[in-house]
Amino acid sequence: MIEIFKTPNYNFIGRRRWAYLVSLVIMVIGLGSLATRGLKYDIDFTGGSLVQVRFEKTPAIADVRRALSRINLGDAIIQEFGTSREYIIRVSLGAAGASEELGPKIEKALAAEPVLGKPEIRRVEFVGPQVGRDLQWQAVQAVLYGLIGILVYIAWSFKSVRGGVAAIVAVFHDVIVCLGALSIAGREFSLPVLAALLTIIGYSVNDTIVAYDRLRENRAKLGTRGKTFAQQMNDAINQTLSRTILTALTVFLSTAILLFFGGKTLEDFAFVLFIGVITGTYSTIYVAGAIVVDWTTWVEGRIRRGKKAVAKA
Amino acid sequence: MPRNLGLRLGVVAVVLALSIWYLYPPKQRINLGLDLQGGIHLVLGVEADKHVSSQTERAAEDLKNGLERKGVGVKRVAREGLSTIVVDLANATNWNDALTVAAEFSSFEVRDRDEKAGRFTLVMRDRVVAQLRDDAVRQGVETIRNRVDQFGVAEPTITRQGTDRILIQLPGVQDPERAKALIGKTALLEFRLLDEQTSPEQALAGRLPEGSEILYQRRTDKETKVERKVPYVVQKRTLLTGAELTRAEVQADPNSPGNWQVAIEFTATGTRIFGEVTEANVGKHLAIILDGSLYSAPRINERIPGGRAVVTGQFTVEEARDLAIVLRAGALPAPVTILEERTVGPSLGADSIRQGMIAIVGSAAAVFVFMLIYYRLSGLIADVALVLNLIILLACMAAFGATLTLPGIAGIALTIGMAVDTNVLIFERIREERRLGKTVRSAIEAGFARALRTIIDTHLTVMVTAGILYNFGTGPVKGFAVSLFVGLAASLFTAYFFTRLLFDLVYTRRRKVEALSI
Repeated sequence: MIEIFKTPNYNFIGRRRWAYLVSLVIMVIGLGSLATRGLKYDIDFTGGSLVQVRFEKTPAIADVRRALSRINLGDAIIQEFGTSREYIIRVSLGAAGASEELGPKIEKALAAEPVLGKPEIRRVEFVGPQVGRDLQWQAVQAVLYGLIGILVYIAWSFKSVRGGVAAIVAVFHDVIVCLGALSIAGREFSLPVLAALLTIIGYSVNDTIVAYDRLRENRAKLGTRGKTFAQQMNDAINQTLSRTILTALTVFLSTAILLFFGGKTLEDFAFVLFIGVITGTYSTIYVAGAIVVDWTTWVEGRIRRGKKAVAKA
Repeated sequence: MPRNLGLRLGVVAVVLALSIWYLYPPKQRINLGLDLQGGIHLVLGVEADKHVSSQTERAAEDLKNGLERKGVGVKRVAREGLSTIVVDLANATNWNDALTVAAEFSSFEVRDRDEKAGRFTLVMRDRVVAQLRDDAVRQGVETIRNRVDQFGVAEPTITRQGTDRILIQLPGVQDPERAKALIGKTALLEFRLLDEQTSPEQALAGRLPEGSEILYQRRTDKETKVERKVPYVVQKRTLLTGAELTRAEVQADPNSPGNWQVAIEFTATGTRIFGEVTEANVGKHLAIILDGSLYSAPRINERIPGGRAVVTGQFTVEEARDLAIVLRAGALPAPVTILEERTVGPSLGADSIRQGMIAIVGSAAAVFVFMLIYYRLSGLIADVALVLNLIILLACMAAFGATLTLPGIAGIALTIGMAVDTNVLIFERIREERRLGKTVRSAIEAGFARALRTIIDTHLTVMVTAGILYNFGTGPVKGFAVSLFVGLAASLFTAYFFTRLLFDLVYTRRRKVEALSI
């Protein structure tokens, strides 16, 4: 029998102060990048046009630019996409060229440059300003309602608002880490990335729930047995540790394959999942678990002090 | 002997059989999204207010005629704003007659009566405005559906989205520009008289009578291909529209070789009006106008009784064919604009399918091998359960008519990772129970029972997020949410029904089991 851990008994919770520091540093880096470099939004959210072209043979980017400069696309962004034969041309909404007729216009301009060979227009996207605004709003709503749904479910299922709030804080942590990574890597925030982010929210919560569940079960079965709440949480985390690592590994495997073999279109999506699995696993122990412990200890401490005060009086 | 083994075997067999029945043959059963099979996705915004204002305009026209018929002297009857008609009488002598005529327009409310000045306004009732706005979108959907049907697209989707949007999905269309032109054209065909009193030069210099406007005809020079715009002064009053049309056919243009024209035929009413109009205006020019552009303005030589006319305009055969389609399908009640467009070429779709398949097969293979090495026989059981999970997932998508998109494929790849979590939870629990010294059979029993609560909790929370994603997401996100949700439901079933069944079959049927391969 292969076992990663036989009966693990690591002192996770005891080291939570260090973990708070680590989390804080990572979040500051992530937020810092978001504040300074910002997030690149895809046309899904900003509105604009995108045309994906494939050439018969690898073109020189200078030729592509020259061909396109003739039709005045404003501040168009021309990028290689996936293979060296494929390019993506993005035109912002305000630019002169941004219209729904962009596809044929670009095709004509590229075809006029004989060095480039025959271009094939593979994808044309146009998102109007109204739709972009709507999608932004929907994204915010989806994340917000997702969090509320989770909070309500945990509060109900575990009869613990503290647990719910801690889980949400953990999720927030993961979202910021993912967005920060996206910003540092210079990748784009698009609709599929939003979907990935929501999946990570689900995954992170999933992981947190497994630990909570064990805690609840132990408390119901064994009582507290004179252990502090911190010890109980630590036990629960240790008891579910092999499952946590195994699942993280399998999901990690899936996303790694998606990232490296899923093609350019899914790359940003897979990237977020890739980062999210790591931070989601970490945040279960060191954000959700740690916060519940400190919160509960603080509340219990207050109650004890309250009782002492009553006894004195 | 575990309880109800036969019954459970039966349930699994039925589910498997149903799944395969829904899934076979997979190529036809699974709806591929536009990103996978190529095609056009369009969201159109309907300018519903235009419908309101054009209906008000028409009512103003009718009101003016009605007043004149009653012998009421009219200085001015005109639409103002979206849904208001301002009436200025020549004098106040026929005030009551004017109000009687106005009262017949039940969609409007008479306001701001000023008898001395001989003035009042009609304001369209809010209920009617709302109704007209709604009609504009509803009829728009109908009209576009007619056009697309005649254009010949297999399995188009044309639905209303929200209050004033229309979602159109045309799988496999090769020529997006042509399809867009066909769908987005308002196709309002109008017959009006030229204003023969005013020359275009006068009109362009600003001396334009109130009842007339300048419209342009586009002419392309045969040799130089240069497009010119020729101005015409046209009366605003519409005599007849394309609504009174029964047929529209493509013909060769006899006067201009190589060009095509569209021959139209009117309904009985249209024929009568056309006859009257041509009779009353012999010697004048009749302008044929499509979407605000003048196509031709032939001179009326005599009364035309048969109810036939032609629209000419240097059309290619393709343009003429599309024009005939839009004329037959009817005009859109209000113009539309493209708010969102996503066109994917077939070759890109094929690439996406290939990459998606690699991702699924790759991640499934990695997980399979991992489970097999780590849990041995139990890992094999989990792998078989995963396969069943995938089959059920795809069958559900086929049964619900859900669409498989590229993010959907990603969702499936991810489901594989998540579904394995369920098995890991159970297996780790069984191992734990074994460590506590339980027998194989009771360890299995306890492992499944203890893991159940956790598994339900984890699945439900993720399903909650998937449900929210579905509600707030659009297009690709929705596709992802569907496969995630269905995948999780399937995983719940396979873990508790199928994995358990296999365990029972392998271990608990035997009287004495010593070793557990986990």
